[in-house]
Amino acid sequence: MQHDDVIWDIIGNKQFCSFKVKTKSQNFCRNEYSITGVCNRSSCPLANSQYATIREEKGQCFLYMKEIERAAFPARMWEKVKLSKNYEKALEQIDENLIYWPRFLRHKCKQRFTKITQYLIRMRKLVLKRQRKLVPLSRKVESREKRKEEKALIAAQLDNAIEKELLERLKQGTYGDIYNFPVYAFDKALEQQDAESESDAEEEEEEDDEVMGGSFYKSLCLMIEKVFYSERVFPFVQDVGQREFVAEDEVEESDLSDFEDMNKLKTSSDEEEQDESSEEEEEEEVQASRSKGKSPANGSLVRKKRAYVEIEYEQETESASRRRTT
Amino acid sequence: LKSKAPMKDLKMEEESSGVEKLEPGTTFPPTFSVSEIKNKQRRHQMFMKLKQEKRKQKMQLKKKRRKEREALGDKAPPKEVPKTIENQRVFDETTVDPEDEEIAFDEGTDEFSAYFNGLTNPKVLITTSDRPRGRVVKFCEQLATVIPNAHVYYRRGLALKRIIPQCIARDFTYLIVINQDRQTPNGLVLCHLPDGPTAHFKVSSVRLQKELKRRGKAPTEHSPEVILNNFSTRLGHTIGRLFAALFPQNPQFVGRQVATFHNQRDFIFFRFHRYIFKNEKKVGIQELGPRFTLKLRSLQKGTFDSKYGEFEWVLKRHEMDACRRKFQL
Repeated sequence: MQHDDVIWDIIGNKQFCSFKVKTKSQNFCRNEYSITGVCNRSSCPLANSQYATIREEKGQCFLYMKEIERAAFPARMWEKVKLSKNYEKALEQIDENLIYWPRFLRHKCKQRFTKITQYLIRMRKLVLKRQRKLVPLSRKVESREKRKEEKALIAAQLDNAIEKELLERLKQGTYGDIYNFPVYAFDKALEQQDAESESDAEEEEEEDDEVMGGSFYKSLCLMIEKVFYSERVFPFVQDVGQREFVAEDEVEESDLSDFEDMNKLKTSSDEEEQDESSEEEEEEEVQASRSKGKSPANGSLVRKKRAYVEIEYEQETESASRRRTT
Repeated sequence: LKSKAPMKDLKMEEESSGVEKLEPGTTFPPTFSVSEIKNKQRRHQMFMKLKQEKRKQKMQLKKKRRKEREALGDKAPPKEVPKTIENQRVFDETTVDPEDEEIAFDEGTDEFSAYFNGLTNPKVLITTSDRPRGRVVKFCEQLATVIPNAHVYYRRGLALKRIIPQCIARDFTYLIVINQDRQTPNGLVLCHLPDGPTAHFKVSSVRLQKELKRRGKAPTEHSPEVILNNFSTRLGHTIGRLFAALFPQNPQFVGRQVATFHNQRDFIFFRFHRYIFKNEKKVGIQELGPRFTLKLRSLQKGTFDSKYGEFEWVLKRHEMDACRRKFQL
């Protein structure tokens, strides 16, 4: 005979039930025929001789019913009814089969059926969307590639390559008239002519000072370029005596002397130097000698204001003025 | 205990007799090797001494050679060029000859011809995979500052195949999708839009603007110049053009910014610099902008379609990584 209360008394509270999962707040029932997953007197499939559930297999929903008349035949205990795929029709089927059954079971069956159809719909939708594919990484391969990349980076010598490329472009004239460095070929020819002694070159330049070509012009350009950042007119009288260093442009130290001479002039050109992060020692020396409190903001601002057209105008006027002074 | 001590001594003596105290000029039995010594410290010492010997010999050889060289003066044989991986590279038959007419013709009629003829202006859409996090978001923003006319859009679970027709309708020329793994970008899909090729790259060593040392101010709105280095093979050429078409045709020299894609041993290094010419022989560069490394994984004809697309080139690790001197780009 089925004594539901006795069974519940034993498995519910006093003794062990293998389907029960205890947590801090609640007890759950792991029985596959349980209609809610909670361990309750009314939802325990073992402690209720009249019971119904909805279960789903491969997208198909079935209504399972257990009756007390079949309690003695465990093999036939659960009656399985296939539910229609149409939601409303299935609900009607549930109502039809569970007519005169307790309200709790009817209600819970319908709720469970609704939930199951909802998650089936969601599964079908998700399959159509993009699937996330997990690709396994092989550790050896990854570390090998990382090493290769490091070595390639060292072999690439990026800074040098970029600088070389930029200088090439300057030489080929892709920048047009923006930078007023005189034609490189002219310089090279000059160099080749004066290959023997620098002093010869100096003499030549001194001869050429009236002509607007040659290194005098070059020095002019350089100075003006730097001075422009300071936005001040500097006295040109000094430049007359400084033609010597112009000849030594090919030698690196000339830049240093260049800067030293610039020191006498106003020093917001320093900010320009400070901004540029080239690794030349001269620059570092220069920076060290200058005041360190200058903010780079001025330099970049000035840099942005730089309009190349203006330089040309300045050159012409100032050279004219210089000529007058000399 | 007492019995043990003599035993120890015996053992040590055996070892030392077998080994013989290392003094300059001693000879060892011909079958001796350092690895046969069982005692770790001694073995280590022996090994160090061996190394020192070798190094000394090497230095002596070098000195001798240098003296010979100086002695000969002008008649000395030319210095030997060291072997590098680039020197030893296996000749790739698809290397592009600059005067090749066929290739010139191909490039005149491929998907980028519209750009190179000045008909289209690049317009770039940058997006990510679902739910971008952390550095990926910042990376996208910084990329958008570097590439002019770039827009970042948040991807809300949309399928790429649906995004692409919309982009084409709005005149975008490029679609960049950045994939992520644990909040860092690790993949990049670059799709040229009006049915252009799609390239899939692996991204590594990403440094955002904040993480760079000695960096300059933020990149301005001027279009940068582009430098493409070392793209020598046919495939490399295609990829190079792919990168070139990202940027507007006419760079604004006022901005003095340059974006570099440098290919070395199949790794493409991206850098973004600001340059200044100090004189006609010296230029200073300052790094702005993010830097990252790309490695090409696949190139597919047509817009993004991983299932049915026609793949022009796919990285097959076993075939291609077998030879260390062979590179694809």
